[in-house]
Formats: sequence, C-alpha cells, structure tokens
Amino acid sequence: MTAPEASGTYHPGMPTYLGMPAFPVAAAAAVADSQLRANLAHATRTIRAKRARAVAELADWEELRAAGKTIKDHTLANLDHYLLRLEENVTGAGGHVHWAQDATEANAIVAGLVRAAGTDRVVKVKSMATQEIGLNEALAAEGIAVLETDLAELIVQLGHDLPSHILVPAIHKNRAEIREIFLREMPDAPAGLTDDPRALAAAARAHLRQAFLSAKVGISGANFAIAETGSLVVVESEGNGRMCVTLPETLISVVGIEKVLPSWRDLEVFLALLPRSSTAERMNPYTSIWTGVMPGDGPEEFHLVLVDNGRTAALADRTGRQALRCIRCSACLNVCPVYERTGGHAYGSPYPGPIGAIISPQLRGVSSPSDASLPFASTLCGACYQVCPVAINIPEALVHLRAEVVDAKRGKIISPERTMFHVSGLVLGSPRLLAAAQRGASLSGRLVARSGRIRRLPRPLSAWTETRDAPAPPRESFRAWWARTRGTR
Amino acid sequence: MRIGLFVTCLTDTLFPDTGRAVVTVLERLGHQVDFPAAQACCGQMHFNTGYRREAVPMVRGTVAAFAGYDAVVSPSASCTSMVREYYPALAGEAGDAALARAVAELVPRTWELSEYLTGVLGVTDVGAYFPHRVTYHPSCHSLRMLAVGDAPLRLLRAVRGLDLADLPDAESCCGFGGTFAVKNPDVSAAICADKVTAIRQTGAEVVCAADNSCLMHIGGALTRQRSGVATMHLAEILARTEEA
Repeated sequence: MTAPEASGTYHPGMPTYLGMPAFPVAAAAAVADSQLRANLAHATRTIRAKRARAVAELADWEELRAAGKTIKDHTLANLDHYLLRLEENVTGAGGHVHWAQDATEANAIVAGLVRAAGTDRVVKVKSMATQEIGLNEALAAEGIAVLETDLAELIVQLGHDLPSHILVPAIHKNRAEIREIFLREMPDAPAGLTDDPRALAAAARAHLRQAFLSAKVGISGANFAIAETGSLVVVESEGNGRMCVTLPETLISVVGIEKVLPSWRDLEVFLALLPRSSTAERMNPYTSIWTGVMPGDGPEEFHLVLVDNGRTAALADRTGRQALRCIRCSACLNVCPVYERTGGHAYGSPYPGPIGAIISPQLRGVSSPSDASLPFASTLCGACYQVCPVAINIPEALVHLRAEVVDAKRGKIISPERTMFHVSGLVLGSPRLLAAAQRGASLSGRLVARSGRIRRLPRPLSAWTETRDAPAPPRESFRAWWARTRGTR
Repeated sequence: MRIGLFVTCLTDTLFPDTGRAVVTVLERLGHQVDFPAAQACCGQMHFNTGYRREAVPMVRGTVAAFAGYDAVVSPSASCTSMVREYYPALAGEAGDAALARAVAELVPRTWELSEYLTGVLGVTDVGAYFPHRVTYHPSCHSLRMLAVGDAPLRLLRAVRGLDLADLPDAESCCGFGGTFAVKNPDVSAAICADKVTAIRQTGAEVVCAADNSCLMHIGGALTRQRSGVATMHLAEILARTEEA
C-alpha cells in the first residue's frame, strides 16, 4: 500500500498518511488479502508465544510493570521540570537543544541543521518520532536524501511502502517479496540473490556499509532521554543504529517530549521491560547511550530536537494521557485480534494497532474519517492491556475516545446512528418499553426466522447477517416467563 | 441470603433459557432468587459505543433495581464487568454524589455466576449431569476484566458425564465486541472464522461460555456453516440433571 494523494488541507502531524480512508474500509481490503493475513498470523503468533516465555521468566514482572507505570506517571506529572533538567544537562555536556511545537517546526530545524553541516545525504536510525513528523518526506522536499538503515525500514523505503508495525515495519512482507524488492530497487544487490534470510541481510549490509562510512550526518530518535545526566538511549538489535550514532560528524536526535526519564537508575526498570515485551529477548543486542559530545570520540556535534506535536494536548486529558507512557514495544500489536487480521496500514498512521488507536486520535484530533474511526477499531478484548509493560488501560482509553468522537458530532449534524442510540437508550432504559419491544420482536422475529435462526436482517444489522445468523427472538422473554410463573414483585 | 437475578437485557430478550437455568441452579443449591422487574439494560452498549450520557439513566435504573439485595448475580461476565469497572466512573461523570454512593455500595455485591458459585458459595459440584462433549470459550470479559480464572472450568469438570475438550487458542477473542461486530463486520467475521475453526477441531458437540453475547456471535457463524455444534450458556449446562 502506498500513501494516497493528499486530500484536503495540509496537516503538519503525519503527512505520509494523509487522506487514509476510515478503518473499516481500509481493514476490509486488508482482510481480503490472504497472503497478508497468512504473513501476519504467522509473525504475530510466533512473537506472541516468545514474549509470553520471556516474561514468564521474571517472577517480579508485575512489580516491574507497576514500577514502569509509576515512573512514567511521575515524569509526566512533572514534565516541565524534567525537560528543563534534560536541556540543562545536554547543553552542559556540549550538545544543543531545540524545541519544536509541531512537525513543521521539527522538520525545518532538522533540515537547517543538515544544510549547516554541508551535506545533502543522511543516514537514519529507525525512529517512530521521525515517522510521525514525516521527516523523510520533508527532507526530500529540501533536496536531502535520507537512507533508512534499519533492515526492515530499508525494505519499506526501497519498496516505496509504509511501515505497518512499530517494531517490525515490514511484517506484512515475506522473504520472497523482500528478495523481489531488493533485486528491483537495490543497484548493488547480488545477481543470484536468494530469499534465504542470511543472504538478504548480507545484501543489505553491503549496501549500507559504504553509506555509514561516508555520511556526515546521522539522524536518530531515542527510546529514553535521561534528565539527570543528559544522556540519550537507543535500544536496537542490528547495530546499524550504533553505526549512525557514532560514525557521522553530526548527530541529530528527534525525540518526543514524553521520552524523558528522571534518573539513570530508572533505566534499569525500562531496560528489563522493553526487550522482553518487544523482541522477547532478555536483553537486546545493542544499547547505545551517549551524553553530549566527547572530543575525539563519536560525533563532534550533537543536536537534540524535542518535539511536542500534540503531546501537551494529550497530557491535558486525564484518561487519554496514559498513552504517553508508551515505550513503543509493540506487544499490544502482537496480541491484538484486530491487528492480526488487518495489519498496520489500515490504521492510517505510523502508530498502528491498539496503541495507535489511542495515540493517533489524540495527536491528530478526531476530525478525519480515519482518526474518528480508530477508537472503534477494537473488540475491547483487553489483551493489549494485559501485556502492556507500562499498564496502559487501552480499552478504557478507547471507550473514552469513542465518547469524544460521538460528542464532537453532537448538535452539528443529524446522524442516524445517534438517533438510533437515543431511541434505543430510552427503550433499553425502561422495563416497560423493553417488555413491549420484546413482544414486538418476538412476533416479527418469528415471522422471518427459519428453524430458530434469522439469515437476513435490514441495515445496519445486515452487516451481522452477511456472515452470521441471528437468533430468532423466543416466544416469551425471561421477564414475561417470570411474571407468568412467579408473579411480579 | 436474598439474591437478585441481574439477567441482562440480551439474555432476557433472546436467551430466556439461560435466565431460567440460573434460577434452577441457585434454587437447587437452596437459595432464594428474585427477579426485580424494574431492571432493564446496564448501559454497556451505549457506554462502549461512545454514548456515555445516554448510559447514565441506565446506570441509575440498574442501581435502583438492585437496591437491598445481599447479592446481585448475573449470567454475563460482560455486564458484570460494566457495573464493576465503569459504573463508578460514570457516576462520577454524572456529578451525582448519591448515585456514586449507591454504585460504590452495589459494586462489591455484584457477581458473575461462576465466580458467585465457586468464590462466594464455595460450590463446584452443583449436581449437574450432561453426557456430552463440551468445549469452553473463556470470554474476554470473564478472562481479563473479571479474572474469573478457572471457575467455569472447575464447575464444568464437576458435571457428571461431561467430556471436556480443550479449546485451541482459547484465550483469543471471538471478534464480537458489541457494536464492533457491525461497525467492523469484515474484521469481526475474520476473527470469528478462526474461533469457529478452533471449536470444530475439538470435536465438541457443544461450545459454552459465561456470556450469551459471545455465544450469539459464535453460534451465528456455527449455524451459518451448518456445523452441527450447538452453543449453550454455562448456566444451562449446570442446570441439567438426569431428570431434565
């Protein structure tokens, strides 16, 4: 799936996903793609089982989870304080701090820094914040070429595609499809390239190596930013991130303001929670931590761009703000029954799955069809909440945002759904009206039923009977039976 | 012990056999059951679909209907979790201190049937007989919101003649999700298809659960496929004896 042409006004939030259709429309297309569903089912089931084993190894997992939640909540409640401390300590260590209110500002700052470094090519570490602000597209518009160095991000970039998973952006592609992309888009791909994962990784490695050695500017995000020391932390598997944060002369890190942690010791909790939740590893292979600049070691210049882009607004929402605890592990995606069938593109945002369904509408508002539909893209089964390493009650936030979507439309447009819910609320809230409706349903239901089942209902309930029978109402409701046999109280 | 049966609007309207079964089981165990006719809907569908304001009168109605009972017992984990998890928040939003107090008083008295039987009454053998192969689908709200654990399975294992089959991938959602089933019908049906495949693999004659909503969804797909697998609420199995 490629980004559709932008329709409507320019939104600084996430430009690449502009104009996405509502979730049910996008999801229907995804569900019909049997190859996609097979890829997703295999990948999510595998990682789900591995995560469960990795988490079960720790007897104090629930305590760790509670600690992660508490530290994040404390930080968010004192965000102004910790951000200023972070700025002070990054600056003190020889780094530069920039503040960006939205995506446009952040992109302009980064473009300016790249031009000031005298180059038009950058290498990039996998980062969600830069996906969110559409940095690659913004830099391309300025004539700056960006090379994604995370293997999966590289696959997505070469395929002119969009990421569909937080941790595994190319989860929707199998290895045969990846081989085709490499042969088509990577000029230096070996002619006899097979779809053996090792051969594919080796081809990407050779392709990236020259860029690492020649790039003047590296761009990263950060998993954590330590206020106490001014240190930035990137957690990864491949080591390509470490190349980007150590080899170029200039390093620019684009970081959401909610990524700050108060102190060095807080890292212990998160470095236990994150790898087990995301890759199901006890520890990830590469954890890079840097503090400002060090003469003769690593980049000579370091810039930290702190991005708000809707976070302050989310912080003001008592129920919604818990989404800002997210550490982008993607455990919720892997257990979600909806994500498993639709994949990430249907969510119309770099943040897919359950967490995306509560983050995107908060960062972007609920005015677009896609954003207004995201809080409803869940069965509320609660599997996401159960696995979340920082205990984000995603179902609670979803129903909260659903009310926001409904309330935003009140008094503006006449909606058949709202009328239906108003009327059904009156009926279902009154024992007398409910009993009358039951008698009516019993009569009419039995007229259309065949052997106790109804095979076709009018809209909107036809959406049910497309694939499922509906039960015929019984001759007598429970309350009618009780009244007849036991007498009313 | 005065037990108020919180039958739920769905069971009342579409599955009265379940309500009768709850009465049968509790009376067999020597308890007096009452059905307060003032009850209607708990408001979950409205609440979960974003119509929070419309749900508030239903909270009031439910709280009033069950005032004065020692225990409020429901054959729905979903509706029970609505009362326990979200009534306090809704009462708070309504800004009505009296309602908030009444909710706080109702919440600890409200039980889903299997947790009431095993946890409060301390019973696992309710004297049932059901000589069939049965598999159990742990509904999401019983599993993850109420955390009833293995209470339903312990009740089923104590049923004479019952052959309990393990359901593969049991803890996965069936795809119902209330209005999700019609707002996102394609995804809902795709999730349900996998649940139905798992159920058919067990060779069970009956699939049971602690929620008629999920069973209505699963059952709708099972009959559409003419699978021959029946759906029955847990209470209906527990109500069966050699005589009936």
